[in-house]
Amino acid sequence: MRKAGWGLKTAAALTLLFLHIPILFVFLYAFTTDEASFRFPPPGYTTEWFSLAFSRTDIRAAVSLSLRVALVATMVALVLGTLVAAAVWRTRFFGRNALSLFIILPIALPGIITGIALRSAINLAEISFSFWTLVVGHATFCVAITYNNVIARMRRTSPNILEASMDLGARGWQTFRHVLFPQLAPAMLVGAMLAFALSFDEIIVTTFTAGNQQTLPIWIFSSLVRPRNRPVTNVVAVFVVLITLVPIILAQRYSRRSDEA
Amino acid sequence: MTDLSSKPPGHKRWATFLYGRPGLRLALLLAIPVVWLVGVYGGSLASLLVQSFYRLNPFSGTLERVFSFDTWAAVFTDANVAVMIRTVTMAAAVTVASVVIAFPLAYYMARYATSRMKALLVLAVLVPLWSSYLVRVYSWKLILAADGIINWFVERIGADAVLQALLDAPGIGGPSLSISIFGQFVVFTYIWLPYMVLPIHASLERVPRSLLEASADLGAQPATTFRKVTWPMAIPGVAAGSIFTFSLTLGDYIIPTIIGDSSPFIGLAIYTQQGVAGNLPLAAAFSFVPIAVMTVYLTVARRFGAFEAL
Repeated sequence: MRKAGWGLKTAAALTLLFLHIPILFVFLYAFTTDEASFRFPPPGYTTEWFSLAFSRTDIRAAVSLSLRVALVATMVALVLGTLVAAAVWRTRFFGRNALSLFIILPIALPGIITGIALRSAINLAEISFSFWTLVVGHATFCVAITYNNVIARMRRTSPNILEASMDLGARGWQTFRHVLFPQLAPAMLVGAMLAFALSFDEIIVTTFTAGNQQTLPIWIFSSLVRPRNRPVTNVVAVFVVLITLVPIILAQRYSRRSDEA
Repeated sequence: MTDLSSKPPGHKRWATFLYGRPGLRLALLLAIPVVWLVGVYGGSLASLLVQSFYRLNPFSGTLERVFSFDTWAAVFTDANVAVMIRTVTMAAAVTVASVVIAFPLAYYMARYATSRMKALLVLAVLVPLWSSYLVRVYSWKLILAADGIINWFVERIGADAVLQALLDAPGIGGPSLSISIFGQFVVFTYIWLPYMVLPIHASLERVPRSLLEASADLGAQPATTFRKVTWPMAIPGVAAGSIFTFSLTLGDYIIPTIIGDSSPFIGLAIYTQQGVAGNLPLAAAFSFVPIAVMTVYLTVARRFGAFEAL
C-alpha cells in the first residue's frame, strides 16, 4: 500500500485537532482563578471551584433530575425499541415501512420540531409539566437509538436458532432466556448506553417539555445566557463531558468486541 | 403404544401457541410501541398542525381556539422571510465548509489507516458526535472571547490588522469574534462536522482499490483519478452528511443564542415565539418552514444516492 502524502496527513490531523482541541479549554478554564472574564492565559490555577460546585444544592438537584430522566427514558426506550425490532425482524405487515420511518423521525427532524410538537400537544391537552413529560420527550428520541442497535443485531441473527431451540423442547421463556436474549443483550446494552449519553445532555427537546424544572443542561444554558458564577459553570461543564464520555467509550469498545466474537 | 401426537402437553405452551398465530404475536409486540409512537409522537405532530391554525387575539393576546389563516399569514412577513434566507444561507455555507474539512480525514481513514488506527479514528469522530453538544458550543465562547486565546494569539503574532479586517467585513463581521457571524459559522461547522466525516468515510470505504489502480494503469494522474473516480463515488456520502449538517443548522437555536450578534435564525425565531412572546400558534406554523425545506432537500439528496449511504 502506498503511504499517504504529507499534505493529506496534515489536513487529516488538522481536522482531528479542530474536533478535539476546543473542548480542552473547558477543562483549562475549570481551574482558572479568574472569576469574571475568559482571560487567556489564566492568571492562576485553583481547584476551589470544584468543592464550591459540589456544595451547591441547585446543581445537585439538576444532576439528580438529569440522571433520573436519563435512566427512566433509557429503560422505556429500550423496551419499546426492542419490541418494535422484534416485530419488524421476521414479519412483513401493513405499515411496516411507515413504522420504521416513524421511529427515525424524532432524530431525523431538527430537535426543535420534536420539541415544539410535544409542547403543543401538552398545551392542547392541558397537561402540566412534570418529570413524566420530560421522560416522554426523551424516550421518544431515544427509541431511535435502541431500535437501530437491536434491529442491526437481529438482522445478523438467524431465526432458525429459535426453531431449533423449540424443536429441542425449550419452552418459550427458555428459548428467550437462553437463546434469543444472549444474542441481543450486547446490542441492547450498547443502545442503552448511547441513549443514556444522548438523554443526559439533551437540551432542545428538554427545554420544551420541562416547564420550570431544571435539568443539568438547562441549568448550564441559563447560566450561559445570564452569565453568573462562571467558574462553577465551567466545573459543571467538565462534569457533563466526563459523564457522557464514559457510556460512549464503553459502548464503542463493547460493540467492537461483540462484532469480533 | 400411546399416541403422543394428538395429546397436548399438560402445561400451556404459549410460545407454540403464538408461533402458530403470527397476527396475535405481532399485535402483542406492537401494541405499546404503536400507541407511544403513533399516539404520542404522531399525535403531537398533528397537534402542531392544529395549533398553527389557531391564533392569538390581536388585542388581548390570549389564545383563540378558532380556525383561521391569520397565523400562517404572519409567518411570511418580510422580516421572517429574511430570517429564513439567513438560516438557509448559513446552512449551505456550513455544509460546504464541513465537506471541505471532513474530506481529508475521511479519505485518510478509508484509504491509509490500519484497522487499529481506523477504530481509534472512528471513536475520535464518534465521541464529539454523541457527547456534550452544549458544552462543545460553550467551549467556543471561551475561545472566541475578547480576552480569549484567539485574540491573545493574534496579538502575539501581530496580526491584529487581519482580524480587524475580518470583523469589519460586511455580512460576516461584528464587533468581536464571539458576536460575529463568522464566529457563528465556525461554531456551527465545528459542531456538525462529525456528521459529515462518517458518511463520507463509509462511502469511500466502498471504493474498491482495484478501481483506483485501474485508473492509474490507464494513465490517469492522481488528480484525475480523484476527480473522475473517487469524488463521484463519494457523492452519496457527501449528500448523506449534508442532510445532517443542513437539517441540524436549520433547527438549532442554541448556537445563535450563545455565539453571534443575536440576529434570529429559524430555530431561534420558533423558540422565542413559543417562549418569550408566548405565541404558540406562530411558533407551530413557523416550524413547518424547516420541515418544508428538509422535504425538498431530502428529495434532492435522494437523487444523489444519499439514502443508500446513510
